[in-house]
Amino acid sequence: MADLKLTNVEKAYGEVKVLSNINLDIKTGELIVFVGPSGCGKSTLLRMIAGLERITGGDFAIDGMRMNDVPPAQRGIAMVFQSYALYPHMTVRDNMAFALKIAKKSAEEIRAAVDKAAHILQLTPYLDRLPKALSGGQRQRVAIGRAIVRDPKVYLFDEPLSNLDAALRVATRIEIAQLKEAMPDSTMIYVTHDQVEAMTLASRIVVLAGGGISQVGTPLDLYERPENEFVAQFIGSPAMNLMPGEVVETGAETVIRLDHGGVARAAIPTQTADMGMKVKLGVRPEDLAPTEGEPLFTGEVEITEALGEVTLLYFKRQEDGTQVVAKLPGIHSELRRKPVRLSADPKKIHLFHNGRSLLYR
Amino acid sequence: MEQLFMASATIIIGVFGCVAYFFLSNMALDALYPPRGPNAGANISRATAIRPWLFLLPAILLLCVYLVYPFFVSVWLSFHDSSGNRFVGAANYTWLLGDEKFRESMKNNMLWLLVVPAASTFFGLLAAALTDRIRWGNLAKALIFMPMAISFIGASVIWKFIYDYRGEGQREIGLLNAMVESFGGSAQTWLTIPFWNNFFLMIVLIWIQTGFAMVILSAALRGIPEETVEAAILDGASPLQIFFKIKVPQIWGTIAVVWTTITITVLKVFDIVLAMTNGQWGTQVLANLMFDWMFRGNDTGRASAIALVIMLLVTPIMIWNIRNARAEMR
Repeated sequence: MADLKLTNVEKAYGEVKVLSNINLDIKTGELIVFVGPSGCGKSTLLRMIAGLERITGGDFAIDGMRMNDVPPAQRGIAMVFQSYALYPHMTVRDNMAFALKIAKKSAEEIRAAVDKAAHILQLTPYLDRLPKALSGGQRQRVAIGRAIVRDPKVYLFDEPLSNLDAALRVATRIEIAQLKEAMPDSTMIYVTHDQVEAMTLASRIVVLAGGGISQVGTPLDLYERPENEFVAQFIGSPAMNLMPGEVVETGAETVIRLDHGGVARAAIPTQTADMGMKVKLGVRPEDLAPTEGEPLFTGEVEITEALGEVTLLYFKRQEDGTQVVAKLPGIHSELRRKPVRLSADPKKIHLFHNGRSLLYR
Repeated sequence: MEQLFMASATIIIGVFGCVAYFFLSNMALDALYPPRGPNAGANISRATAIRPWLFLLPAILLLCVYLVYPFFVSVWLSFHDSSGNRFVGAANYTWLLGDEKFRESMKNNMLWLLVVPAASTFFGLLAAALTDRIRWGNLAKALIFMPMAISFIGASVIWKFIYDYRGEGQREIGLLNAMVESFGGSAQTWLTIPFWNNFFLMIVLIWIQTGFAMVILSAALRGIPEETVEAAILDGASPLQIFFKIKVPQIWGTIAVVWTTITITVLKVFDIVLAMTNGQWGTQVLANLMFDWMFRGNDTGRASAIALVIMLLVTPIMIWNIRNARAEMR
């Protein structure tokens, strides 16, 4: 049971500010995912919540209690590290029991807690092994078990799956999701650079970029209504196409004439004053479809990537350097070197002015 | 001036001799089995098989001449009389068992063995842990490591001044006595106080070996993954608990190697005792006893018997040490 509140939190190393203006409300039972490009400060923010990094400005509170200067162990948090950080000289049982021993819990209590966690994580047969005798996935489960036995209010995960191979990553991701299901009252914060993890696990995603929060929202919110160009391009793969253009018709729907010729209709309302505004039109590769009517984009396909279920079409770069990508269902290898006319549903069109979405004016 | 010239000449001949040996022996090997022509493949594998032995040869020869041969001669001598001419059976060993000075040396060596490795490792670990995170830590480390660069004899001379005693009515120049007097005590002849004088000698070796222990252990401490320490912080461990329950167990192998390495040094301790007390006043140790019988008593039989006792003591620790060091490297 824990609400987290970050108010104007910032982090500076000497003169250099790496994070500023972080305002975030996290409610009990949420699984919040921090994503962002490497170096955006997502791990730093997590470590500030954990208490491993000092908060140099603003307030951080758990359940209304200011935590800035509370030692890590007393914040009611547990953390799972990317490198597992198991104590190499202790058995699995001792690894999980360490925190409880430090807290001077009784032997029966410790045994019960460890056995329960081991049962949940299917680690019971390995309790007397040393970490070096375990596989990567098992080690990560021990690290999670070490967090569970402490029964923390908040779980912190720092890229917990990055050291696992692809198949194991998917399996462990599902295990974490199940774990969350089983503990609906615990709050979790999860750092990753992997979009799929973010989209599948999160109740809300926090996109960090340029030393601040770019957008906070549910995964589908970020996908359907990105607040700015950065989020638009960061969420979704391949990234959203952005094409420069100009507003030529305003009203409940807006018509854009694109600089390289196409015309598009967007289900975004605009005022008369917006006439002639320079915008960037965003459209996801999967929302583009071949058309016989008036095209949004026409180009020659340079490369096709057939993935079986879908085919990615990479068009020749425009003169301004933008490359348009389309994702069509099914197999379309025959389109290589062919001109293709594409359009998109007006509801799927995004418009950005100076980098910000017109939806959020 | 002449010594300087000789020393430089030795260094130059030594270094360039090694380089020349490396090139010439390699050239000879390649000439014998040229890596080209019809048998290139077979020649290359033959040359590869020989090459390690080529490089090991000088070391093996030197070790044979200066280590293996003396060992067998020592064994032989230890069963002969003082001049090495007459076979006397185990007489030298039975003499050893009854000899007062030998018992004293054994007892002192054991005392050294108990105190010096433990103290050096402990202080080394302490210094490594304390200097790890402070800004002038490297300066402190350099100072603590400095005694390693001093020869045992040099260190003994320094400490002899510290323990110096001038006698009644004279001005005390020894640091320790000066301190004792400034606190109102009276000057002591430190090195003649029975039993305790052993510890005054041990301090010299501890002073030297702490630097060694610190450097090795400091590297080991830095090798500990930072995350395990952070995990322990989150688990609520105090700094002391982190040190003793997380850090020390992870460098246990290194501590063992340091400990045994110092143990071997201690078993062979000689220069310090020779320079400071020459084994008088109950401070005799095995190596100095051997030296005494060899060069003062002119008795190769007894000296060799003592030498073999030292070797017997060192060998098992040496084997264990090498095993540990190998395990550490894996």
